[in-house]
Amino acid sequence: MKRQAKTRIWNDYQKLIPDDNFYYLRSCIRQNFFPGSEHAFLQIMKNDLQKNVFDDPNHTTCTGIAYHSDLLPFETLQTVAARQFALMTESGYKNAAVSCVTSFGIYSEVLETWKEFPEEEAKARELLWKATGREFNVPENVSHCSDIIYHFRDQIAAGQKYSLINQHTGKPLKVVEHIGCHYAKMFPGKGIGGAEFSSVLSGMIESWGGEVVDYPERRHCCGFGFRQYLIMGNRGYSVSNSRKKFESMEPYRPDAIICNCPGCAMFLDKWQYVIGEMEGKTYGPGREGIPVLTYEELAGLMLGYDPWDLGLQVHQVDCEPLLQKIGVQYDPSMKFKGLNGKNLGKPVLPACFKAAELEVIPG
Amino acid sequence: MDQQKKIITIGGGIAGTEVSSVLSSLGYDVIMLEKSNQTGGKLNNWNHLFPNGRPANEVTGFLRQKIQLQPFRIISNTSVSRVISANGIFALETTAGQQLQANAVIISTGFETFDATRKEEYGYSIYENVITSVDLEEIFKKGKTPLTSRGENPKRIAFIHCVGSRDEKSGHHHCSKVCCITGVKQAIEIAKQLPDAEIFCFYMDLRMFGLSYESLYREAQEKYNIQFIRGRLSEASENQDESLLIKAEDTLSGRPLKMNVDLMVLLVGMIPGKETSGMAALFGLEREPNGFLSVRDLHLNKNRSSLEGVFLAGTCIGPMTVDETLENARAAALDVHQYLQRTKR
Repeated sequence: MKRQAKTRIWNDYQKLIPDDNFYYLRSCIRQNFFPGSEHAFLQIMKNDLQKNVFDDPNHTTCTGIAYHSDLLPFETLQTVAARQFALMTESGYKNAAVSCVTSFGIYSEVLETWKEFPEEEAKARELLWKATGREFNVPENVSHCSDIIYHFRDQIAAGQKYSLINQHTGKPLKVVEHIGCHYAKMFPGKGIGGAEFSSVLSGMIESWGGEVVDYPERRHCCGFGFRQYLIMGNRGYSVSNSRKKFESMEPYRPDAIICNCPGCAMFLDKWQYVIGEMEGKTYGPGREGIPVLTYEELAGLMLGYDPWDLGLQVHQVDCEPLLQKIGVQYDPSMKFKGLNGKNLGKPVLPACFKAAELEVIPG
Repeated sequence: MDQQKKIITIGGGIAGTEVSSVLSSLGYDVIMLEKSNQTGGKLNNWNHLFPNGRPANEVTGFLRQKIQLQPFRIISNTSVSRVISANGIFALETTAGQQLQANAVIISTGFETFDATRKEEYGYSIYENVITSVDLEEIFKKGKTPLTSRGENPKRIAFIHCVGSRDEKSGHHHCSKVCCITGVKQAIEIAKQLPDAEIFCFYMDLRMFGLSYESLYREAQEKYNIQFIRGRLSEASENQDESLLIKAEDTLSGRPLKMNVDLMVLLVGMIPGKETSGMAALFGLEREPNGFLSVRDLHLNKNRSSLEGVFLAGTCIGPMTVDETLENARAAALDVHQYLQRTKR
């Protein structure tokens, strides 16, 4: 594979990322799946990078899941988006920092629709005014939070305590990057590096010392797909998509997977357990899976954040082998302890090996 | 014949050479400007022509012979940088600073092939074993057999039709016309070189419009066992061994298709080149939505541009085969001749 041509493509898709003053738009599901990620983003932005980010308690879900499941019409969707923009306007912010890839796609879709069909924007303004009495300015910039971390990746590298180097071998860790479909496949120009060879996550991996794994099914869907997982009868399709990716990446022996979409991170993490149960197959060394991290978790690890503060203990695939490869200093005894040492409870199956075989393990 | 009438042809490919030769033989004072150092254009890089496998250098050689028999002035490594027209006279300044005058100008700046790197999902110039039809023809011209990046004979080869043609994503809605039959021709040539290789052509439609094209297509299937799959490629990825994993939908069987191939050939389309768009800007000529130069009347005046005294020849108008290009150039010559006969200046 020729890197030079990739770099040329990346240069074709430059995107303006603001340097400061962001209005944070959270994800509705990330705090359940990866509870430390959004907190880590705010900590990194505020404490490590000294940036101004407003985390407004009044904003809501983007309603993207309902929209993509055909439960909610576009009129409602764009009015909800308009309300978020109104809150931004009232707070004096012009730069949206969007936590979720689905939301990023939603806000991009709404804004692009308004460019093509100004009557839709007029309709949203009218509906919002009637419902809430609010008005709004269109954001000057909408960036996904992975764009923002990418933008500051070298600053993070300058302050990193750890790097993506295997402490046992001295070689770069091999990291799979998986980009959420709604990040750049809908609007390639809105993603860093475009849709086919997005560089938003690979740029972070390389800046922090790792090696990007480019495997044949790199662009394939993670299996999330709203209609696939929301309907129970379709979940086999979801897991089979994830399996296709794991089978494709397995020969490259990746040390970790990082994602910028909540759904991708969740399914690539949790389906490894399901595949382990269904087929007895794991994709990491021995009985291990391949740890799946969000980009905020990875950035936090690089900066020396405690892995348990980042929420790595609630991942399905055990992250401890990865922490050991990176050389992260951590206290295993604190893994399932909450604030003030409160016991969070230990999961019965902490990793993704086959349950039937677990039963014969003594102890 | 009025010996004083001067004609400038911009572009010395096969259309420019043919139109200049014909007008020179009619007694006009012709100057042909060519941006490179030789006449013949892109045909110089082509090995064999469809549908009969004729060596391309026979055609370029024939055109060079015509120049020798009926000489006209050729200024190489030159294009036009400035144009002023008044009272039916065109004053041109070349990129070399020469001042030229003409009673009529013929634009024959031709086409460019689509830049396959723009179809990012196919990985041209990123993956080791993706080449274009132009690259393949250069390999043939050197007398070589296409090999994989590891120097081995490819066992399975895929031709991808309509790369940069009939493609909304790349902004080129038009059919490039010649790629279907080029794909068939090149697939047969590889099959002759590598009889054990499996060869697949992924197509949307096969437009076998020309004389003998359909029989060549049948021959490809019946004699050379080339398989034609109706389905557009969605993406290609590189495997660890640098072979390619390609995905398409077989729209005849209605099923998605995934296969590994050792070599992929992208049949790149024809687009108006920078030279053509540059001349359009310089002369203020109208262009079609696809970027090619607009003709005065599609049926009755195909060689006249939107500007009086400026004529068009060859593929600056749109995709054409070699024989169509030469016919079009001869028609342009006749049209210029009739125009100059009528004008008294």
